[in-house]
Amino acid sequence: MNIPNNLLYAKSHEWVEEMGDGSFRIGLTDYAQNELGDLVFVNLPQEGDEVEVEAAFGDVESVKAVSDVYSPLSGVVCAVNEELLDHPELINQDAYEAWMIQVNEVSDKEDLLTAEEYEKFLSEEA
Amino acid sequence: MQLLFERSHAGRRCTILPSCDVQTCELDPSLCRAQAPRLPELSENEISRHYTELAKQTHGVNDGFYPLGSCTMKYNPKVNDEMASLPGFAKVHPLQPEHTAQGCLEALYLADQYFCEITGMDQMTFQPAAGAHGELTGLMLIKAYHEARGDFKRTKILVPDSAHGTNPASATMAGFQVISIPSLENGCVDIDALRQATDENTAGLMLTNPNTVGLFDLNISQITEIVHQAGGLCYYDGANLNAIMGIVRPGDMGFDVVHLNLHKTFSTPHGGGGPGSGAVGCKEILKPFLPAPVVTKDESGYHLCNNLPQSIGAVKEFYGNFLVVIRALTYVLTLGKEGIPEASSNAVLNCNYMMGHLKDVYEMAFDKGCMHEFVMTLEKLKKEKDVSAMDVAKALLDNGIHPPTMYFPLIVHEALMVEPTETEPREVLDHAISVFHKIYETALSDAQILHEMPLHTPVRRLDEVSAARNPKLRFQF
Repeated sequence: MNIPNNLLYAKSHEWVEEMGDGSFRIGLTDYAQNELGDLVFVNLPQEGDEVEVEAAFGDVESVKAVSDVYSPLSGVVCAVNEELLDHPELINQDAYEAWMIQVNEVSDKEDLLTAEEYEKFLSEEA
Repeated sequence: MQLLFERSHAGRRCTILPSCDVQTCELDPSLCRAQAPRLPELSENEISRHYTELAKQTHGVNDGFYPLGSCTMKYNPKVNDEMASLPGFAKVHPLQPEHTAQGCLEALYLADQYFCEITGMDQMTFQPAAGAHGELTGLMLIKAYHEARGDFKRTKILVPDSAHGTNPASATMAGFQVISIPSLENGCVDIDALRQATDENTAGLMLTNPNTVGLFDLNISQITEIVHQAGGLCYYDGANLNAIMGIVRPGDMGFDVVHLNLHKTFSTPHGGGGPGSGAVGCKEILKPFLPAPVVTKDESGYHLCNNLPQSIGAVKEFYGNFLVVIRALTYVLTLGKEGIPEASSNAVLNCNYMMGHLKDVYEMAFDKGCMHEFVMTLEKLKKEKDVSAMDVAKALLDNGIHPPTMYFPLIVHEALMVEPTETEPREVLDHAISVFHKIYETALSDAQILHEMPLHTPVRRLDEVSAARNPKLRFQF
C-alpha cells in the first residue's frame, strides 16, 4: 500500500499536503482510488469557492458508483487541478501526484492521521 | 450487426403514399431545411429484421431469470396488455370531452382507491412517469406544505446512507440540502444519529422499508415519530413495496407521502423504456398540493378537477402514462385482496429459499432472514482469489441468467443484490443456485477464466471504462 510519509490523511481517504505558504493541497489516497476502480468523471469546485470541514467539495465517478470527496479543512479554494476534469485516470495512475484542490485561508482542520496512523486505520477497516 | 444507417439504400421506402388529392402550398423558404436530414432509408421488412436482431441480443424477463435487486423484474401477465389494448382505453384522446371518457376516468378513480388502500394514503396522482419523477413530485409536495404554513426554514432532507442514489438526487433537484444518516452494523437506521440530525430545519426523511439490504427496519414507527415530532414529514420510496404489499402499509408505518413503481411492483413493462409510472400517494394534509387535475366523483359521474389553487402544478402532460395505470389496475384486480399479499409472501419465500441455499459458500452481507431481496458480499473472494462481483455477474450471463444488481448498496463492498421475485418457479431458483455454486467452484479452481467471461453472449466483456470516458453518442457517416 502506497502511503507517503510526508502527507497527512483523513479517515474519509483524502490526503493533505502542506505547501509551506499557508496553503494545502487535497487529493484522494491510493487506497481510495483502488477501491473506487477506474475513474471516469471528476467534479471539482471553482477557485474562490469555500470548503468546509467534513463537507463534500466534489465527487468522483467510477463505473461502479459516484462518491463524494470530503474536505478535511475549512478554507477558500485557491487553485484547482483542472487537468483532472479531462483526465480522471490521472488519479488512478498516481493518486498523490493528482491533487484535486489547493486551499488557503484555512480556518478549521479535522484531526488528521499520520502515514503510520492511516496505515493502521486501513488495516483495522479491512 | 449492421446499424440502420449501414443497411440504408438511397430511395428505399416503407410505404408508398397515395397521390395527393388536395391543393398543396409551399412553405416559406425560411422554414425549410437547406438539406434533407440524413435518415436511413429502408423497407419495413428490413427495419423489422433489424429490431428482431437487436431483440435476440438482449435478455429480458421473457428470455430467462432476471434477479436484478431493487428492480422487481417480475413477469408481466399478458392480460394486462389485453386490457390496455381495449379500444376504449387505447384510442381515447386526452382532450376529448369528460362525458365521453367516463370509463377511463372511472378506471383512474378505481386505481386511485385501490392504491390508496394498499399504501394507506388518502389520494394518488398518476402523473409522474417513473420512480425518481415520483420522488421529485413527493418532495415538491413536502416543500409546498411547509411553505404554505409560512415555514421557510425547513431546508434539509434526511436520507440514510443505504438509500437508492435517486433519493439524494431528487432531494437536491427539489432544492433541499441532503443530510446523510449512517446505518448501523445490522443495516438499519442509526436511531441516535437520526435524532441528532433532526431539528427545526428538517423538511423530511426519505426511506424505503424494507431497506436496500432487504431488511425490514423494526424501528420504523420510532423513526417516523422522531421526524414528525421535529415537524418534518416522511417520504416512502416504494421501490421495495413488493415485499410487503397487502401485508403492512406505509401509511400505517407513519409515512405521509409515497411513490409506487407501477412498473416494478404492479407488473407493467420495465426496462427498455417502459414507459413507467411513478404514481404518488399522500395523506390528507398534502392533498391540496397534488398536481392537477385529479379525478373526482359525484352523482353526475366522474370529473377532472383542476380547481387546486395550491397545486404544485403539472409534472407531466395530461394524466401520466395512462395505459400503464390500466395494466397495473388489471394486475390488482386479477390478484385481488387475497392474491396481493400472497404475491408478496411468495416473493419473500423465494428470496429466503435462494439465500438459504447460497449462504454455505457465498458470504451474506447480513446473515439473517431477508425480505424480497438479499445482498451478498464478495469482498473475501476478491481479496483471496481476485474474483470480483463483476466477474461473477459476467459468468451468470454465460448461463442465461441476468446478473443481480452490482456494487449497490454502497455500504456493502463487492455487493451482489439478488431479487428473485414471486413469479419464478422453484426449478428456476434451483438452477440459479446450482449456477452460483458452479461459479464459486470455478473461482477457487480457475479464477482466470472468470475474468474472461462472458464467452457465449453476442458481445463479450465490454470496456465500460472507455465507454464512459470516450462515449460515441452518434453515428459517424
